[in-house]
Amino acid sequence: MAQALMNYLDPGAIILGVRAETDREVISLLAERLHALGYVKPSFADAVLARESQLPTGLPLGGVNNVAVPHTDPEHVLKPGLAFATLIQPVAFANMEDPDEKLPVRLVFLMALNDKDKQVEMLQEIAGAIQSPATIEALIQSKSVEDVSRLLG
Amino acid sequence: MTKPKTVLFACGTGIATSTVVAHAVEDALKKRGISIATRQCKTTEVASHVADVDLVVSTAQLPKDLGKPAITTLAFLTGIGKDDVLDKIEAILKA
Repeated sequence: MAQALMNYLDPGAIILGVRAETDREVISLLAERLHALGYVKPSFADAVLARESQLPTGLPLGGVNNVAVPHTDPEHVLKPGLAFATLIQPVAFANMEDPDEKLPVRLVFLMALNDKDKQVEMLQEIAGAIQSPATIEALIQSKSVEDVSRLLG
Repeated sequence: MTKPKTVLFACGTGIATSTVVAHAVEDALKKRGISIATRQCKTTEVASHVADVDLVVSTAQLPKDLGKPAITTLAFLTGIGKDDVLDKIEAILKA
């Protein structure tokens, strides 16, 4: 089922054990990869950052290891793709539901989406994966792209 | 056969989380024997789309006083509290 996720997740855009202070740092790092790999326009990074400050994407999972799914409008995207980072120490992202609440996030999926019907499976697969606490824990511990693709593919 | 109720699904971009939530709610309600018509938009556009819908379901904060029942929930993304939210949606649609 999660095979669809590995179709979008570029091995070149998987960064494990990122040390960052802010959500902006993490987003910029991942956006740079998506840009270098040809998924997004140069405007993508700034558009995601602007959106994140207005409409944050932290998803509360009820514990200390939460997930964020930053993304932005389709006009900044060339083709659908997914970048993924694990964070060595939690970074605060605001809660999608309540922007005043900050969530400690360990996993970040930066999505390049440009078609709601075709690429929705990307987010659907992410939602499926993050609903398993065991998968979350294993993703945080993953040491290689192979580990990640085993968990998500 | 009564006319299906219309649910407007909203999120920041109007294409990402709202699509996932729309599919999840549509499927889950079908299993409960309820069919719905779905629409989608950005949270910033909800006020202009709300006139002929029965319920708004959003993943992000909505403007206040929409004049329609509205639920903000991440349950269909995180899995947490999904059944409770479905009960709430069902109750609103059957009212």
